[in-house]
This record gives sequence, C-alpha cells and structure tokens, in this order.
Amino acid sequence: MKELFLVVHSLCTGFYTTLKHIFRGPATELYPEYKRPLPARSRARIILTVDPDGRERCVACYLCSAACPVDCISMQAAENPEGRRYAAWFRINFGRCIYCGLCEEACPTAAIQLTPSFEHADRDILKMVAEKEDLQVDHCGKDPNYNFYDHAGVADAIRPKGGHINESPPVNVRTNMP
Amino acid sequence: MGLWLTGYAILMFKIAVILTGVLLLAAYLVLLERKLLGRFQARIGPNRTGIFGLLQPVSDGIKLLTKEDVIPQGAHRWIFLFAPAVVAATALLTFAVVPMGPDLHLGGRKIPMVVTDMNVGLLYVFAMASLSVYGVVLGGWASDSKYAMLGSIRGAAQMISYELALGLSIVPVVMLAGSLSLVDIVEAQAGRPFILVQPLAFVIFFLSAMAESKRIPFDLPEAEAELGSGYHTEYSGMRFGMFFLGEYVQMQVLGALTAVFFLGGWRGPFLPAPLWLLVKIVLVVTAMIWIRATLPRFRYDQLMDLGWKFLIPAALINIVITGFVMVGI
Repeated sequence: MKELFLVVHSLCTGFYTTLKHIFRGPATELYPEYKRPLPARSRARIILTVDPDGRERCVACYLCSAACPVDCISMQAAENPEGRRYAAWFRINFGRCIYCGLCEEACPTAAIQLTPSFEHADRDILKMVAEKEDLQVDHCGKDPNYNFYDHAGVADAIRPKGGHINESPPVNVRTNMP
Repeated sequence: MGLWLTGYAILMFKIAVILTGVLLLAAYLVLLERKLLGRFQARIGPNRTGIFGLLQPVSDGIKLLTKEDVIPQGAHRWIFLFAPAVVAATALLTFAVVPMGPDLHLGGRKIPMVVTDMNVGLLYVFAMASLSVYGVVLGGWASDSKYAMLGSIRGAAQMISYELALGLSIVPVVMLAGSLSLVDIVEAQAGRPFILVQPLAFVIFFLSAMAESKRIPFDLPEAEAELGSGYHTEYSGMRFGMFFLGEYVQMQVLGALTAVFFLGGWRGPFLPAPLWLLVKIVLVVTAMIWIRATLPRFRYDQLMDLGWKFLIPAALINIVITGFVMVGI
C-alpha cells in the first residue's frame, strides 16, 4: 500500500513538473532576430591592433605562429628604416583556426587579439583566408594603453636608453672604480 | 443501377473525406507534438517555416519525398519495400469503422456517418492492430541489419503481450454495450460515457494501446539509445516517412478508439458531432505527448512485468467484476 502511494506520488510529481514548464515559457533566444551581446573577452575573429600612438603593434616575432596548434598563422618579417620590425605580410587561415586564443597569449606586444565578432561563415573556404589588410584595425583592442616600446629596452628617437617605464638611467660603470 | 451508383459515389466521397482528414491531421499532429514537446522542455519548437511554423509539415513532406530511397545490399528487396505500406495502410484502414456522427438524412436517404458499420467492427480493429505488427517485423527482418532485427523482435514480443491486455480491457465495454459494432457502442453511451463506469478498463486500454503504438515510454522497438532507431534503422526517404506517418495515424486511431469506447464517441453538447470526435482525439493525443514529455523508456523486463503481471490480471478481474455486477442488476 505504501509502495502504491509512492508510485502515484512520484507519477504526479513528474507530470506536475512537466506541466509547470509549459507555463514557464521558452528560454530560447531567437538568434538572427536577437543577438546576445557577447563578453568582450569571448574568442572569435582575430584582429591586429595598433599602439596608442597609432603604429602597428606587431613586430613579426613569429611567437603566435609557433604557438598556434593548427598552424593557421603565417607571416614574413621585415624591418623599417628606423629599426622597427613589422610583418611584410601576415596571413591567418580562418578555415583552420580553432579560436583557442593561444596566439593572443603568446603575443608579447598585445598586437594579435581575438574579438567577439563570430559571424564569418562562408561557403567558399578560400574566402576564409585573411590577409594583413583584412586583419589590421586602427584601434588598440582590449589593451587601450599598452605600448610595447614604452617597456622594452630598445632605444629609439622618443625613448632613449633608460627612458622606458621601470627602467633606471644607465650607469657609467667606470664611476664605480676605486 | 442509379441507386447503386449514388451509393458508390457517397461511399467514395466518405472515404476521400476521411483519408484527407486523417492524413492532414497526422501531418499537423507532428507539428503539434514538436511544438508541445518544445514547450514542455522550455524551448519554442519549429517556428521558421511559415507563421508559427505552420508550413513545417509541408517542408517535411517535400524533404522526405525528395530524399534518396536507399535499399541495403543484403536486404530482402520486395519485403523491404512492402513493409512500410503495411504499417501505414493498417493504421488508415482502422478508420473505416470509426463512427463520425449520427446518421444523416439527405433527400430521403439515410447516410451513416461511418465508412462501414461492421457488426464485428471491434474484431476488425484488433485484426488491423495485429496486422500492423507484420510491418514492423518484416521491415526489421528484411533490412538485414542487427539493430533492425533486434528492434523487430522486441516489437513482436511487445505487441503480442499487449494485445492480450488490449483485447481483455475492451470485453467489459462489449458486455455493457451488448455489441461488437462501434456504432452500437457509441449508441450505448447515450446516457454516460463508459469511462465513468469502467475507469480501470480505460486505464488498461490506454496503457496497452500506447504500448501497441510504440510510443515513449513503450518505444522499445525503436529505442534510439540502444538500437540506432530499431526496426526502421535502414529506411530512408518516404519509406521511413510511411513508418512515421503510420505512427501518427496510429496515435489518431488510439485517440478515436479511446473516444469511441470510453469518452462517448461523437457525443457532446453544442458542437457538431465530427468536431466533438476531433476534439476528443486531440485531447487524447495531447495526453500522450504529455506522457512522452514526462516518462523515460521502460526497461524490457519492466515492460513485460507490467503487461503480464499487472495489466492482464487486472483486466481479467475487471471482466469478472463487471459480470457479477451485471448479473446482480
């Protein structure tokens, strides 16, 4: 008798639960009509950002290319007359990219960044290959104030040796002589 | 001669109306099931084709018709091709004896609102239900696939065990109505529907009829998780569609039979008779969808236990009690 009560009770609970869900209304978001704003750090389309002073951040160090587990990043390094490295060409094959974000982690200059923009499907896989001009943007991305050359020990016209952040002026070692 | 022709034309017209109605309703029951199931699971369900997804059955039909009709190499060709038709046809044929309303009188002619009022209508219904097993068994066997074979073995065992309970549960109804004709059974419920006097028979009938139509929680012959999709694993295109159609027509058959045996058939206030039958069918189908949304699939031994150890003894006891009460009165 107690068992029968248990059976009936659990049946009623089950049917009541499903009935409740009908009146709860759907939790669905209709996608093309409503686009949920994605978090700034969600990982999709890759961009190449610029310094706060508007110059390309990428120094073509190949670290992103080396970190990429699917080998979808390739580039050719070059050097401009003032001694600053840049990528002569830079290519990401989005047909292979798995959006893991390892390139972003590997980048020493915060140049390569992943953005929340994800609607880039295409029927032609060759259209998924992005060249440097498709990737290069004119803003700083997620790191608005970071400038690699403010920190690095490379002297140039604006930042002489010892003029970088957290760097002491050079010491003339000869003054230490007895 | 002229009289004969008129009768023939009326019969053809009735068949056409019923077939169209049943097939249309089957198509929209699929939509209803998907929509309701979606709601039960806090989803929306199909809503892209037409307003509220109302054209979904049309696009499903086009898809099924234009898909490749694959026949496995080792299959027994003719049986494989024939099996889906058995399932769909037997389900459709059952509607021949379901009364849709009281007799019409048109120009001095009596037109019964049923394709054929057989005096053994109930036996006919059970014969059709038994025949539909052949579709499942032959389809699974002819596919030359292990999953399909297992599915059809399960289907055969399940249907044989539940047919007994199904038949026995209706015996009290026949005793009360005093006839095997579905028209007379509806007539006998003029005062009160039989669900009020035979609630136990109703429960047994509903459970075993659901097992008969292979729906969750009795969908062991097609158990997706265990058997791929059971007896119709190897079917594609419109042949799969025929199995699918058969299942949904069988849902309607179940709804119609529940209405005829227990809910008073086409009887009801205010609305016209066929509409009442429709309302009752849709109610029963909605209940079946609700059950599907709630209960998980039975284990095989649980299924057999329920059939042999509970439903059949309960049906037998119900017959005896009904007999005693009738004799006492």
